[in-house]
Amino acid sequence: MKLEAELPLSARESRVTRLARAVLGRQPIGLAFGAPYALFIAVLFAYPLGLAVWMSFHRYFFTAPGVSVARPFVGLANYRAVFADPEVLRSFLNILIFLVINVPLTVGLSLLLATALNAAIPFRAFFRACFYVPYVTASVAMVAVWLFMFSSGGVVNSVLGPLEPVPSWLVNQNWAMPSIAIYVTWKQLGFFILLYLAALQNVPKELYEAASMDGASWWHRLRSVTIPGVRSVTTLITLLAIIVGANLFTEPYLLTAGGGPNGKSASPVLLMYQTGIEQNHPDFASALGIILVIGVLLIVGVQRLLQRNQT
Amino acid sequence: MKLRTIVVAAFTLSMGLAACGGGAAVSSSAISYGPISIWYSNNAQEITWGEQEVAAWNRLHPTQKVTGQQIPAAQSSEEVISAAITAGSEPCLIYNTAPAAVPEFEQAGGLVPLNDFPGAVSYIQTRTGPLASMYKSPDGKYYQMPWKTNPVVIFYNKAEFARAGISTTNPPLSTYSEFLATAKKVVSSGAAKYAIFPSPSSEFYEAWYDFYPLYAAESGGKLLVENGKATFDSPAGKAVAAFWAQLYKEKLAGNETITGDPFADGTAAMAIVGPWAVADYQGKEGSAKVNYGVAPLPTSNGNTSYTIPTFSDAKNVAMYASCKNRGTAWDFLKFTTSVNADGKLLTITGQMPMRQGLENLYASYFTANPDYKDFAVEAAHVIECPDIPNSIEIWQDFRNAWSKSVIFGTSSPNSALASAASAINKLASGSSSEP
Repeated sequence: MKLEAELPLSARESRVTRLARAVLGRQPIGLAFGAPYALFIAVLFAYPLGLAVWMSFHRYFFTAPGVSVARPFVGLANYRAVFADPEVLRSFLNILIFLVINVPLTVGLSLLLATALNAAIPFRAFFRACFYVPYVTASVAMVAVWLFMFSSGGVVNSVLGPLEPVPSWLVNQNWAMPSIAIYVTWKQLGFFILLYLAALQNVPKELYEAASMDGASWWHRLRSVTIPGVRSVTTLITLLAIIVGANLFTEPYLLTAGGGPNGKSASPVLLMYQTGIEQNHPDFASALGIILVIGVLLIVGVQRLLQRNQT
Repeated sequence: MKLRTIVVAAFTLSMGLAACGGGAAVSSSAISYGPISIWYSNNAQEITWGEQEVAAWNRLHPTQKVTGQQIPAAQSSEEVISAAITAGSEPCLIYNTAPAAVPEFEQAGGLVPLNDFPGAVSYIQTRTGPLASMYKSPDGKYYQMPWKTNPVVIFYNKAEFARAGISTTNPPLSTYSEFLATAKKVVSSGAAKYAIFPSPSSEFYEAWYDFYPLYAAESGGKLLVENGKATFDSPAGKAVAAFWAQLYKEKLAGNETITGDPFADGTAAMAIVGPWAVADYQGKEGSAKVNYGVAPLPTSNGNTSYTIPTFSDAKNVAMYASCKNRGTAWDFLKFTTSVNADGKLLTITGQMPMRQGLENLYASYFTANPDYKDFAVEAAHVIECPDIPNSIEIWQDFRNAWSKSVIFGTSSPNSALASAASAINKLASGSSSEP
């Protein structure tokens, strides 16, 4: 009788345990470890993203707490306004120019330099530190140096002599965005070299030895051993470079004095700052931001698809 | 595993959807007395003034303690104030409120109308005089106390003018043609790389230091927008644009971004600045000492007087919505804009209080510091950024048109002014470029 009475309870306990295990997993302590980051993502990423999506479909401006104002649903009007704004369209073209120059340069140069720095060359640690210094130095300080170097009477033009562009680089409509792309490549290179150096440690030395024994040249070893060996890092670097490009703000703000000349180096994020923060039109800025996020996801998706097909 | 993923996703989604919530009802704070906090500028002299005023008040009012601090650092004060309004963390008073940003702070419900306080309108108008009307909002209320002005004029480097063979006591700068001839002399003689070098940045506020002062002088004191219409698509606006366009075209003005102050380091022989710069160029603030002279703004027909209208470059005091002890805030505001406090502001910072009759009221100061006397005269003839809807967007549109046509010369200044005026007319009527 006693056993029969306990059976349903144990069955219930078993159901509860199964449910708890399904929700919490076999090691619930793992949730405790992961919770701070999940909270971080939820509060600082999911909530703002949700708010941005909501704002982009409403008439919205920032108000003091407790101020009740109408925030009517405006459908796609903010998105239409974004696509109708020639300055926004120009900023997307600017970013495209930036990515076309910056991404291949970043990937190519960081791989080449990492390969060189991975070899037994004199002062290797010194060179590694040299390439890393711009990455850890404040952008404002670096921008001041570049302003000096690329001004009309600067070092670069002195070296170029009659070949210097007129007007000078940063105020030249054709050269402003490429100059920023080159600056960002140089600034970020140290970090990407570091990623490649880590990846190169994992390429088996036997492969290089076998290739050498087969008579492979430096170029063939690079193409047939190194590049396939670091493919996953190349994917990561391409992804990061695209994200850096899409988020470009400091450089057009400081290096080309607010996206000049004539908006030829303005970036979408700079326009988001101007419209959303300075002019209190966060609805328009949010629509622009959401379009930017979708654009980056599309580019990354296509890039991953291409990479998967190659693999 | 799947269930766990769903739970986490649901939580994350709920955080995202929670973002779509609405706000609470407006709470009105009754006038009350008690501790308050204030922000002032991070300019060294204004910090000294602010600290002295706070200490003096706290000695007299131990139960209504005022806590002062510098405005938090950011790209601009307006950005910090705007963020603080949204977060409800702004102090009671900010002694660094730009008049151009007031319409947006108003729209955000972040400002307290000073008309709420008995005698406030009379206090403001008596202290500031007829200029006070420029600081009245379209609804007829004062959301800002006109506080101090930095009327801008021309500073010139006497050493560089001497090297260029130009008079250092009475340089020919009164008409546009004289100014251009002087500028050419400076550059062609090699005395300085550029004659003048206002910031070429696309930031909306840069128009206040190249176009707007000269437009004020040329137009006889017209605001950028009056009665809801842009005023600059006019002979005065076109004359100013043509003047600057020529300076840029002949490389007498620089269009590249540089670090530092081009007037202080000798790159440019002239600058458009206000009295705040006097201490800097006298080398009192650790900056390079410049042997400078001062000239009034030029006009196409010629001007030699400091009674010509110019841009105010004013910073005002506003009371912010989060303030609970508004009675104390208003009393402190009056305390810090009294004759005595204004005198201290003038003495410590060299900036002009927005008070009528400065020259007579502080005659001994101007006798001892004659460098400031012309600014005191100009202080009665300043014009302000208009208090209109979409103010910042309007200035940004204007700056974009100016940058394109005048600084970089890629379009005709006249057509750029016309199209900017058309866009600004729409914005000034209250309709934004956004839906």
